[in-house]
Amino acid sequence: MKNIAQIVCEHPFFHGLDGEFCDLVCGCARNVRFNPGDYLFHEGGDADYLYLIRYGQVTLEIAVPGKPSVRFQTLHDGDLVGVSWVLPPYHWAYDARAITLTRAIAMDARCLRKKCDDDPVLGYDVLKRVLPILTSRLHATQMQILDVYGAPEQPE
Amino acid sequence: MSGDLMIPEPVRVLRRQQELATTWTLELESGPAGHRPFLPGQFNMLYIFGVGEVPISLSGDAGQTETLSHTVRAVGPVSNKLAALKPMDTVGLRGPFGVGWPMTAGEGADLLIVAGGLGLAPLRPAIYHVLRHRERYGRVILLYGTRSPDDILYAGQLEEWSKRPDVEVHITVDHAGGDWPGKIGVVPSLVPALDFDPEDAVAMVCGPEIMMRFTVNALRDAGVEDESIYLSMERNMKCALGHCGHCQFGSTFVCKDGPVLSFDRVRGLLSLKEF
Repeated sequence: MKNIAQIVCEHPFFHGLDGEFCDLVCGCARNVRFNPGDYLFHEGGDADYLYLIRYGQVTLEIAVPGKPSVRFQTLHDGDLVGVSWVLPPYHWAYDARAITLTRAIAMDARCLRKKCDDDPVLGYDVLKRVLPILTSRLHATQMQILDVYGAPEQPE
Repeated sequence: MSGDLMIPEPVRVLRRQQELATTWTLELESGPAGHRPFLPGQFNMLYIFGVGEVPISLSGDAGQTETLSHTVRAVGPVSNKLAALKPMDTVGLRGPFGVGWPMTAGEGADLLIVAGGLGLAPLRPAIYHVLRHRERYGRVILLYGTRSPDDILYAGQLEEWSKRPDVEVHITVDHAGGDWPGKIGVVPSLVPALDFDPEDAVAMVCGPEIMMRFTVNALRDAGVEDESIYLSMERNMKCALGHCGHCQFGSTFVCKDGPVLSFDRVRGLLSLKEF
């Protein structure tokens, strides 16, 4: 059976992290499990945790009054759920809900932020892992907003 | 094909099948000669008499040439008329034209087939070809992205292909309601999660140009060489012979030199607003 340190350091998000740093961040981690339909977090809530999916599928969605929620992304094994824990004022911008049985590592965001603040080398390393995820989600959002599969406007 | 490439041949519609809310597949007879061979990725010019002519990719199986399939989305005056054609109606046909997918260059390599929206139609003949000659290719990975679950083109065939052990099918949609069990997200985001050897891969990409640009970026980030990425370009093709210049893309005539072009040939032009 793997201990939490092995699980955290083998997760793609922390893969290759310096061993000393790995021990440090493991102090903020614990295993969690979500059943289908369970919410990981809700829009507007405090971003006190980040979740590293080990197994399962999570959907990100925005509630629409009077209508079913709009789901705009699914996340899977190896993905990070939530980036709002990096940016003040640390509030979630959408809902996250498990759609299958999901096992994840929950990391206490306050704990991780403090360790990153205390050791800027660790902080920079963590930030370099978050930034590509942020930019790829920004690009994905651009494509979704552009509605590229809509009917072309060019005349025939 | 007619001796005069500018003169459409009248052919009859044999069947018409609705694919999506505004999209139909027309099965046409091949013309008086009975056979009209084509290569995966080529297109025909379809002419509605008295209305106009548009380029439409061949979307059927190049292995059988007695009929020709075209998948048409009704978005303008000509395509609306095309989509409304009934069996035994007549349409004008010129073609096939253009350079197709690199079916020979891709032999021995892993194939990444990336389609967005209606872009699956021009790629379907390539998929048929690969499945017919499956032993000639390495891994076959099909990535398909579209707007919503209701907009999935050829949904039945995608399901059939996904059941094959020798084809990997990944479908994603931009948005979905609660009843969609699959992936949500844009198609380029599927690329980083693939475990493949970029030096031994050939990518064929077709879809809206913005989707192709983002996909090319993801493929290049994964290490695929520019020369191994092929795109089917959509431009305003009129004569289809490289004479009129309507579809000119830099020094390239999309109708004659394309529509399938390797990325190294269009690299500097893809993101230009005008040229």
